[in-house]
Formats: sequence, structure tokens, C-alpha cells
Amino acid sequence: MSGVLVIAEQRRGELRPVSLELISAARALQGAEGLRSAEGNTVTVAVIARSPELFLDSLKLAGVDEILAVKVAAAEFDPDTFETAVGALIEARKPGVVLVAHSVDSFGYAAALAAKLDLGLATDVFKAERIDGTLVATRGGYGQKVNVEVDFPGRSTVLLAIRANTFKPPDQPGAPRISEFAAPATASRSGGRDFIELSSNDDVDMTAAEFILTIGRGIGEETNVAQFKELADAVGATLGCSRPIADAGWLPKSRQVGQSGKTASACKLYIAMGVSGAIQHLAGMKHVSTIVAVNSDAGASIFGVAKYGVVGDIFEIAEELRRLF
Amino acid sequence: MKILIAVKQVAALDEDFEIREDGRDVEAEFLIRDLNEWDDYSLEEAVKIKEASSGPVEVVVVSVAPEEADEALRKCLAKGADRALRIWDDAMEGSDPIAIARVLAAAAKAEAPDMLFAGVQSSDQTFASTGIATAAFLGWPHAAVVSSLDYAPGAKSAVFRRELEGGLLQEVEIQCPAVLTIQLGINTPRYASLRSIKQAAAKPVEVKTLADLKLSAGEVGESGSHSRIRRMYIPDKGQAQLIEGDAAAKARRLAEIIREFKGDAA
Repeated sequence: MSGVLVIAEQRRGELRPVSLELISAARALQGAEGLRSAEGNTVTVAVIARSPELFLDSLKLAGVDEILAVKVAAAEFDPDTFETAVGALIEARKPGVVLVAHSVDSFGYAAALAAKLDLGLATDVFKAERIDGTLVATRGGYGQKVNVEVDFPGRSTVLLAIRANTFKPPDQPGAPRISEFAAPATASRSGGRDFIELSSNDDVDMTAAEFILTIGRGIGEETNVAQFKELADAVGATLGCSRPIADAGWLPKSRQVGQSGKTASACKLYIAMGVSGAIQHLAGMKHVSTIVAVNSDAGASIFGVAKYGVVGDIFEIAEELRRLF
Repeated sequence: MKILIAVKQVAALDEDFEIREDGRDVEAEFLIRDLNEWDDYSLEEAVKIKEASSGPVEVVVVSVAPEEADEALRKCLAKGADRALRIWDDAMEGSDPIAIARVLAAAAKAEAPDMLFAGVQSSDQTFASTGIATAAFLGWPHAAVVSSLDYAPGAKSAVFRRELEGGLLQEVEIQCPAVLTIQLGINTPRYASLRSIKQAAAKPVEVKTLADLKLSAGEVGESGSHSRIRRMYIPDKGQAQLIEGDAAAKARRLAEIIREFKGDAA
């Protein structure tokens, strides 16, 4: 078995950006150009949608050998539809590697597919390579404090869920072959209804803020929120938070930075106080050019992405900083 | 009516830790164990459903783990679980999420619950796979990252919201029994009272083996797994430039960084 099958992800009529990153991950797996030309060592991208034709043009990129348009009845992602369609694709094409995004949609079906079809499985993968012919995937462990290399003895097909923002999308156009693939009909046991945008009566727009001061679990108590709000106002920053603070209702969800919250898209200076740096939080801010992390735990993962680090008591430092503004 | 909840005793790392001699995990002495954070929320969700139900509902927690996990299971008993079940056999050592799911599915078949909850992921290995793979072995409908749920025990369907990326939610209806993986923030988990902790300490943890579940050794452990850990290592991290000095000195440097930014921005 050979070749890489990429499953593109779309939602509400738009291709999710991670879909293109998967193409680069596939190319990285193929290795050198010489190997690329070897028979069967191809990159096939499947787009599963009610109207797959909408997405074909965006996928005509360098490195893609073939695009498969897979028409399904479901208007949006549905676990049963995807299991059936991806399962049929694997049976028909027998790829060595299947790449999906490590995303909420794939959380809903990838492991079920691997269990049913006896596929090797690793999720949240940020590096995939062949070492002496063996497929090796690298992921994080213990709160990203270690890297974990996994392999897949005896598996002829391996499904890897790739972490978003790890691979750069290809920037060169290509001219892949386009085919249609008929997926078997599915009787879905769940049905998606409406999408709901997160709304709140807080009028802050974290995606537009250029300077953000974020608080995390380290602030300890709800009563401590006020002092950091005051500090943020004094230094001219927008107050943001990590997930636990929003979940506890200490700040509105609209201030949450991270994968399920907002991305700090316009931010240039990001000060994180008492934020450990869970991978889901980093997804919303690690691109910021100047990140300052203040945390009492010198081992906190946030120091791995920060430009400047302050190891110390956040309350003491907040108090001293307040005096200077 | 019965709700089954798959739980895990996870491990966090001590500040200074060492990799085990075989290079495939961290030395056990550096692991700080606790109930997985996500599981705290799925247990609370089940207990809330039980409390709101007019008929009797049994809340059962199950873990595939050696004896040390009894601590986490007792925590669940103290927080409102009616029974705790632990499944272990030395052959299960080295199981990946899919092998664990195979065992959980066998336990679920024996328990015949009306609904199964699992956490979205475990905080230590973050595979986000066990619950959904369990659904596959059971042949049940399933959904991941449930952030609110409307379900009455015994109902033929449930309505929930799944939490997507970027602050988007989607409402979904699902046939029951189903496996749902529960997201943080779906509720506010209760604290166990001293009295309930005391009572939980006296409750039994039921222990089952491979044979009890009619599984073979080949279906679990490394041979029943779909991935294998080759190597664990401490990564070279991007290193933040550390700001030294006392709190006042650190704050002064922070203020400089802020003023530099504002100068640039102005």
C-alpha cells in the first residue's frame, strides 16, 4: 500500500485553512522528489460535501496528484456520513497514510474509523516522517512537557490527525486530475441543526485588539479578576482570558483566547499572566510577535512560545507594574 | 435507567522529572495523579441528569486501570456516582486508546447503560479518541465535544450543542443510546463534602478481569493497540528570554516593553 489520502475539511461553504496544511504534511511524508515520482506514491485529496465542486479550485495546488469529489447527502459534517465515505475511500484506494485535521469534526469520527477498519491511529500529530522505512508520528504528552514518538507495527494503513498551524499551506498552484467518487449512502443516526455564533453582551472584539493582557488559572479566585481588569485598563490593554476563567463565568466567553474561543489575530503584544499554555490556548496566540509570559511555574509550556519570560508571583508583579502606570 | 461514565486517572509531571530507562515513558515517581479534568464534568453531567429525573437513574463510573486508579474512582463516588468499576489485567499494560476502548465497550455491553459519557480527551495523553472508539466497538451513535446537553434518561433521542472552533456551536439531535464526549465548562462540577468522601471510602470498587469480560490477552495491551510508543523525550523548546531581578525590577522591564510597543503603535 502506498500513497497519501488527505481528507479536506469544510464548514458552511468554506474550506477550513487546515485542509491546505494537510497537503504540505502529505508532501513532507513523501520525502525527496525522487520518491515522489515512484509509482503509486501520490497525494490524493478528497473533499466530502453536498456540493464538493465548490471547493475544487482552492485545492488545485502543487503536490496534489488527484482531487476526489465525494458527493454526500449531509449538508454539514456528520460522523456517520464521514465514517462511511472515508471508509469507502480507504477500501477503494488503499492508501498507506490517511491525513485528517486534528479538529472537532475529526474528534467525532477518526477514532471510530480506526477501530472499525483496523487502522493505525495517532492524533494531534505535529511531525510525521519515515525513519528507516517505518512511519513515525510525533505528538505531545503530559501537557506538552514531553514529545512522544509513536509507530504502528503491523498496520498497512495509518490515520494521522495533524495539528493545525503546524505545516505551511502550499503556495504554488498545480494541475491535479479531478475525479468523482461515489460514496455509499448513509443512514445518519444524528442530525446537525443550526449553527450558533457565540454572542455576549460584552462588546469587546479580541480579534481586533493589538495589545492583550490575558489571565489564566493562576489568578486563583474570582475576586482577583478586578485587579487585573484595572491593570489592563491602566496599561491600555484589552483583558483576555484562558478557558478555565471563561468556564467559571469570571469573564465572558467572548474574552476567551484559544481554539474554541477567539484568535488574537491583530495582536502585537500579548502578556499572559498565570496562563500555563495549554495547546488549545496557544492555538489562539502563539503567532503574536511579542509574547510575555508571567508564571510562577518555570516549567509552564507558555515559556516555550514566549519571547520574554518572568518567573514569579503574578500578584506581586501585577502590583509593581500597576505602580508604573 | 443507567448512565455509564468512562473515567481515567491521569498524570501530571513533577517540576523536575526524568524519562524512564527504556525511554518510553516518564519515571513513575515523577507522576502526580488525579481524576482527568474532563471526566469531572462528564460525571457532574450524569449526576445532574439523575437529580433532575423523576425515575431511578444509576450513575456508574468505569476505568481501565491498575489499582492505583481506585483513588480517582473513590473521588467519583464521593461526587455522586452510585457504583465504581475498575477493569484490569497485567496484559492490558501498554494499551493505546483503541485497546482501552475495546475493554470499555465490553464493560458497557455487560452494564447495558442507556447512555455513555467520556471526556473529550485526557489531560495527559490528549488523544481525544477513547470515547469515540468505544462507540465504534458498541456500534452506537456518537458525538464529540458536547458543550450543553438536553437528555432525559431512557429517551430515544437527545439534543446537544457541540463546540466547534472559533466560538461556533452547532445544535445536533442524536439517537440513543449514544456515546457523547463531554467538554469542559458544560456545567460546574461540585466539590465532594467531607461526609461523602468518608462514605465513598467505605464503598467498594468492583474489579473485573479480562476473563470476566470474555476478552483475550491479544485484544488488549500492545497487541490490541493501533499505535505504540517508541520513544518519549524532552523537546528543545523555544526559550523565552528570562527577565531577572526582584518583582520591582521585573515590573520595570515589563513597563519598558509595554512603552516600546506603544511608541511603535503611536
